[in-house]
Parts: sequence; C-alpha cells; structure tokens
Amino acid sequence: MSPAIIDLRDIRKTYNEGTPVAVEVLHGIDIAVRAGEFACLIGPSGSGKSTLLNLIGLLEWPSGGSYRLKGRPIEQADDDERTRARLETLGFVFQFHHLLPAFSALENVMIPGLMRNGAFTPEQRRNATELLAAVGLGDALHKRPTELSGGMQQRVAIARALALAPDLVLADEPTGNLDTHTADDVFELMRRFNATKNTAFLIVTHDPRLAARCDRVIELRDGTIVGDAPRQS
Amino acid sequence: MGFEWIVALRFLREGGLQTLLIIAGTTAGISVIVFISGFLGDLQRDLISRTLGVQPGIIVRPAEEIARPLRNEGGRALEQVQARAQRLRSVDQWQALQAELDGAKGIRAVSPVAAGPGLITRGDVNKSITLTGIIPERYVAVTRLNEKIVAGELRLNPGDVVIGTDLAKDLGVTLGDKVRLSTPTSPGDAYQVRGIYDLGQRNLNRAYAYVALPTAQALLNLPGGVSSVELAVEDLFGAEQLAAMLQARVPHEVESWMKANSQLRTALNNQTVMTLMVRFFLALVVAIGVASVLIVSVVQKTKEIGILRAMGASRGRILRVFLLQGAWIGASGAVLGSACGYLLTLVMGNVLRADDGTPLFTAQFNPSLYLYTVIGATVLGLVAAVMPARRAARLDPAQAIRV
Repeated sequence: MSPAIIDLRDIRKTYNEGTPVAVEVLHGIDIAVRAGEFACLIGPSGSGKSTLLNLIGLLEWPSGGSYRLKGRPIEQADDDERTRARLETLGFVFQFHHLLPAFSALENVMIPGLMRNGAFTPEQRRNATELLAAVGLGDALHKRPTELSGGMQQRVAIARALALAPDLVLADEPTGNLDTHTADDVFELMRRFNATKNTAFLIVTHDPRLAARCDRVIELRDGTIVGDAPRQS
Repeated sequence: MGFEWIVALRFLREGGLQTLLIIAGTTAGISVIVFISGFLGDLQRDLISRTLGVQPGIIVRPAEEIARPLRNEGGRALEQVQARAQRLRSVDQWQALQAELDGAKGIRAVSPVAAGPGLITRGDVNKSITLTGIIPERYVAVTRLNEKIVAGELRLNPGDVVIGTDLAKDLGVTLGDKVRLSTPTSPGDAYQVRGIYDLGQRNLNRAYAYVALPTAQALLNLPGGVSSVELAVEDLFGAEQLAAMLQARVPHEVESWMKANSQLRTALNNQTVMTLMVRFFLALVVAIGVASVLIVSVVQKTKEIGILRAMGASRGRILRVFLLQGAWIGASGAVLGSACGYLLTLVMGNVLRADDGTPLFTAQFNPSLYLYTVIGATVLGLVAAVMPARRAARLDPAQAIRV
C-alpha cells in the first residue's frame, strides 16, 4: 500500500471557540488519502465538506486532532510552513475557477512556478504549454480568463493545479458550475491526470453521477464521516 | 522579488483607469511640490540678488573699537562708559587675508574695498555718496557690477568714476562729463564719468561712486589700506555658517548678508516655512490618495489574494506585492511630476516679470531636487501602502476565496 499523503486523526473544528456561540462543525474526522487515489467527498449542504477540504488544504487550523502531511505533523505548523507545504504538496481547483484575471491562461498555469522560482522560466513555459495542450487549450494560451468559457476556465484551473506536479489535488465542486457535458469533460480530464501522473484527487461534489465514477466515496453528514468505501462496481 | 514585481505590476495594469487616476493625482501633487521647490529656490536667489544689489555674501571689516571702562583703585569699574566713535580704519594685514581667502573652500571670489563717506559735486549740486574704491576685475567677481553697467564701461583709471543712473540724472551728467569727488579728509579733485550703472533700485543708484582703489585710499586717507574685504560665496544660503567659521579664524568682524539684511532673511525664512507646509500637506494628500486607492484595490482583489495565498504565496509576499504597488505609484508619479514641475517652472520663469520687464527669476535645472523627489516620493508611496498591504497580508485565504 502506498504511503498516505494526508492522514487526519480525530480532527475537530469549532467555530467561535471559547464564546457562548461556539459551534463544532467537524466531530473527530479520521481520513487518509494515498498516492494515486481518486476519491470524492459527498454530503448534504452544511455537512462540513468545505470546512474539511479547507483543513486538508491547510487553509484553516483544526481545533483538535492530528494531521500528518506526507508523514509530517502539520496541525501546529505556523502560517509560513503551511504556505510552503501548500505550494509543494497540494493543488487547488475551486468551484468558480478562480483564475487571476490579470494573467493569460498560460501565465495562470505558470504562477505556481513563478512562486517557486521567482521568475517565469522557459521550462515553466514549456510545462504550462504542455499542460494546457493536454486539457485541450493549446490554441488559447494567451487568452485572458474573461475570454474563455466556464468549462475552459475550469480546464485552465486544473492545469494550474497540476503545474508543480502536486501529490494531491483538492477540488471543491469543480463541476458544480458547469453544464453536464462540460462537467463530464472536466471530470474525465481529472481522471486522466490521475491515471497518467499518479496524482491523487480529493473532489468535493454534490453530483451523485460523478461520485459514482470515483474510486472511493467518503460521505460526510453533520460533521461526521458516515461512509468511506471503494466504489462498488 | 520576481513574483512580487510581476503580480504588483499586473494588478496595477488591471486597475486601468483607477491606476491612471492615482498616478495622475500623484503626478499633479508632486509637480506642484517640485514647482514650488524649484520656483522658491530660483525666486529667492534672484530676489536676494536684486535686493542686495552690490552687497557681497560675506564682508570682513575691522573689529569695532570698544571703549574699556576705567577701574579705580578698589578695582571697581566706573559706572558710565561712553561708546567710542568708529573711525574709518583699514583691515589689518588685508593682503595676507586676501591671499588666505583666495581659493579657500566655499569662497568664490575675494575683493578688497576702500569705502567711506564722500561728496560728489557738479556745479552747485552736492550729493552725499559712498565713495567706493575697487579693483574692478576682483570686484565684478563678487558683485557682477559689470552686468549692471548701462552706459560706458567699468574701467577705472586714475581720474575715472562710475556712478549710478539716478545719481547721474540728479547731477545732470552723462558719460565723459566731469564731477568733483571730495571727502571730509580731502578736498578732492575732478573725475570723469567713465561708466553708469543701474542696480534696479533708485536709492542704490544714488548711493555709490566707484573709483580705483588707490584713488579711494588717497581720498579717504587710508594709505595702502582697505575698509573691508568682500567675499562671494559658493552657497548663498550657507553664508551664515561660513561667516561663523571665518569669524573664529580672523581678528576682524565678519558679517554675512543674512545678518546684514535680517528683515530680508526673516521674510525669506517665513516664505520657506510657508511653502514647506504647503509641500508637506500636498505630500500628505498624495499619500492619502495612494493609500485610499490601494485599500480599494485590496477589497477588489480579495478573491485573487485568497487564491494566491491558497496556491502558496506567503503573507510576506502579499505584503510586498502591495508595498511595491505603492512604491511604483510614488516613483512613476515623481518622474512625471518632476518633468511637469520643471516645465511649469520654465513657463512661469518666462511669464512672471519684474517691474523693469526682466524675468522675475531664472529657472534652473536642479538634478539633486529631482533625485530627492523621486526617492522621497517612492518612500512616500511605500509608507502610504503599509496599511493596505498589511490588510491584504492579514486576509484569511479560506474566507477570501469565499467572497
């Protein structure tokens, strides 16, 4: 069995901690994702999916429990260390694409490399061009996000998430804003990268149709994992 | 800093009209600051030049004679001491002093002068004047009197005199006419008007009659002596400090133009303070403008900041992205503002005229002013960006993305 990229044990999250209106939204979550996995996280609205994804993505701090990222405890790490870990280990795909409008599609994909190297390098350019070609946008390299359709923007976002070959891509409703046909395309794209680059994916989705096509389905309800099983063929 | 620079410049470019407007505002503010600074410096220099006429930057005179109180046998000073009358005396060892000051640091030129009260007479018209004996080539280096000659020339052979336009008019003389010069110690002689000067002020044009130094020495009973040594200084506004340094070295009285014209100095100082306040408030307005635009930009770009943070940009990097934007706005506004300010100074230099029709001031290109402006405005922009930058850096990425 491949080693766990993320390993969360008894993770809790309480908002407004220490105040009379404190509310615990995650109650002792145990979850691990290994290299090459293609998992999805499902659950009704308000079940804590986005909070859990933010915790896994090191965008929020847990209130309790332990979190190991590639074997290294990270739950108490300071902001700089968590930021570095995000850059080196994780990729993000958001529901609303969240591309940077001031940059072209190519530059958006090169930004993670720019963060790591401090400059746009020819190697990054080549890598980004290949990624965009792989997502079918080889002829839209220099277009601004506003010149691209929703599906195209989401493809750019996926290419960007994969730019530094992260171990795990966290996708929050990546197809939630797309029509069925485009959603299928984007989903297939993620599957393809999972298969060809062995990148693990953890996808939050409301779409049972897409969830059914994942290798592993984790179900969250009221802040608790109520189901975690491989897909039944 | 590659990431920070690229993102900062893209954010500014994306700002479009907003960025153009703040740069325009910064340019306008800084061009006024540059204009006021350059204009004030040029105007004050010209104003001093006009007001002082032929006064030097520093004048060295014999120290005043002081009557010392007598003491009685008990060692007590007598109660009443009469101030001593100041007779015309020569600066002791003036040739040695001139040699020492020639080429000294901060001193541009040295001119010995023998000046004292005299009377100029033509027919039955008598006018009191300051009889001034000079060595023309040295004197013009200090006072540029040669530039004020409106008729004839500043050539002072024995028997020549150069007088002012108004005095010539009062006496009814013109070039080549004879006048009599006399002093309390000499009945004097006849002198030919060799040149006529115009200092731009009526009282000054009536005040001085210039003769060769030996002539004045003879008329004033100062054989071989001079009543003062006049100095032109490199830095007009540093004359006071230079005079103080000189005073510590020589046994004479050393006086700067500032001390001799304290009212003018007070007026100029007040003018400087007022313009300093105007410049300060303009800089404050520019800084507030930059800060406001960047705060709006932080709000507008909350989502982008969240994405960058999520992708791995540290708080420090986000902080620097916004600091660089402030610095860039300040620097570009300063470069454009310096150019506009200089052009404005040139235009105003041609438009503003004195009563005699000459330009009120001469615009000068001052590279250090523009260098300091660019550095100052860049720092100003940087400081103005601190608050918005800290705000951007503190944004919670998870919340920012949800906005």
